[in-house]
Amino acid sequence: MQAKTIGKLLLFFTLAWVTVSCSNETEGNEEAKKERRQEVKEFINHHLQDSHDFNIYSYTGDDGKLHHVGFPLPVIIVDNGLQVFSSSKFHHGEEVVESGGNYYRLYHSKIYKTDANGTLNYEEGHGDHPTNVRPLDLSITKSVVMMIVTGILLILLFRGLAKSYQKNNGIAKGVGRFFEPIVVYVRDEIAIANIGEEKYKKYMPFLLTVFFFIWFLNMFGLTPLGVNVTGNIAVTTALAILVFLLTNFTGTKDYWKHIFDPLGDGMPWIGKIFIYIILVPIEILGMFIKPFALLIRLYANMTAGHVVLMSLIGLIYIFKSWVGGPLSFGLSFAISMIEVLVALLQAYIFTMLAALYFGFASESHDHAEEHEGEVQHL
Amino acid sequence: MEKLINDFSFGLFIWQIILFLLLLFLLRKFAWKPILNAVNDREQGIKDAMASAENARREMENLQADNEKLLKEARAERDAMLKEARELKTKMISEAKEEAKAEADKMVSQAQMAIESEKKAAVAELKSQVASLSVEIAEKVVKSELSNKDKQLKLVEDMLGDATLN
Repeated sequence: MQAKTIGKLLLFFTLAWVTVSCSNETEGNEEAKKERRQEVKEFINHHLQDSHDFNIYSYTGDDGKLHHVGFPLPVIIVDNGLQVFSSSKFHHGEEVVESGGNYYRLYHSKIYKTDANGTLNYEEGHGDHPTNVRPLDLSITKSVVMMIVTGILLILLFRGLAKSYQKNNGIAKGVGRFFEPIVVYVRDEIAIANIGEEKYKKYMPFLLTVFFFIWFLNMFGLTPLGVNVTGNIAVTTALAILVFLLTNFTGTKDYWKHIFDPLGDGMPWIGKIFIYIILVPIEILGMFIKPFALLIRLYANMTAGHVVLMSLIGLIYIFKSWVGGPLSFGLSFAISMIEVLVALLQAYIFTMLAALYFGFASESHDHAEEHEGEVQHL
Repeated sequence: MEKLINDFSFGLFIWQIILFLLLLFLLRKFAWKPILNAVNDREQGIKDAMASAENARREMENLQADNEKLLKEARAERDAMLKEARELKTKMISEAKEEAKAEADKMVSQAQMAIESEKKAAVAELKSQVASLSVEIAEKVVKSELSNKDKQLKLVEDMLGDATLN
């Protein structure tokens, strides 16, 4: 206990000292630091977004130019038919690409339709986003590549597990052994606990797929590959919409009755009218809020994790001191450890809540059945 | 919010839906179903094995109880037999003793009777011999007494003297 307190105090003083020593720097340094800060901020923003090429790392060469190491990915644009070309043609946003008589330009990881000179129009009230037309961009982006990689990995892993059961008389072998308890956990603690013994089987494939998909992509997000798939709002939206559709398409009579007639037969219809004017819209809104909360939670958690982690790493380049470096390294290491936990936790929470909603959707009033049973007995 | 909407990539959304559904379909068919079936089968197998083990244990217990019972019965039977045998033995011995005693008594009494009758016969013979002897003696005495006249007369006189007329 004492040692902990002392440790905390030490940490506090170190932090205070670092802050003070940094603010004592000269004016000229201040200017450079500001620039650095801007650079780090832009880097983080760039990292959080999807990208049209698989960039592994960039460096400023001897010639003073920025070099990118990685590989280009195919760009697919739906605009007067399919326009397919390699993302290397953009030269990381530096050049305008002509395809099918149209001109496209990559700007802040987004593709805009421009004229031959690549002019981007800005308008008041639109912030710093160009008002140029954005064609439907079905490119195989970095996120799509990572999703495909994760998908293949999942298929290989679990196909292997499934096969090892056949080979070894129902006993898992190899890597699958590690994942089998997790599969069983998802079944027992997530699916059966929230949906019930009778109906959980229908939802199991979705829950397992969503759990491992999110978990693996979260873990990939922590690797130096620098992908941020689950921190992308389009990805979480897609997952949440699937949950929404599955919930409502498998909804039982009782589920819909709960939304449009939440009080049931416990009240005369005259009393119900006044309450239902408020209650039913809330219930209907709830149908949409539930998956919306899912998509925002996953997006916000993963994005926040990446921002914090990268900011801490960025601190190294801002401080540029013997204390700041190791300190921010230590902190980012600690945050990384937490992020490993968060990666699993968010996958668990997403699956758990999806299972909960499926549980609502597939509920059937056991009470009614019990009562009916009693009546039959009488 | 505006940034969020601006960042929303519709292409990525479409890819995500397509890829996820494909992944879901493939995994469901090739992984989840066999895995869950295998796990379920195994759990069912374990449950069955445990149930049958429990049954076997119960049967074993029953068997043991039966054995115990049989053993007990056998022991009781043996005890009963032994007791019966002992009783029989004592009974036989006592019977034999009684019989022997009765026989002995009978023999003794027969012997006594024989002795008695022998004795009676002997006494009777003795009596008859004594009688004949005394008659002989008396004959001889009378003969000698009555051999001379004087003595005859004296006798008569003695007799007469004894036989006082009353």
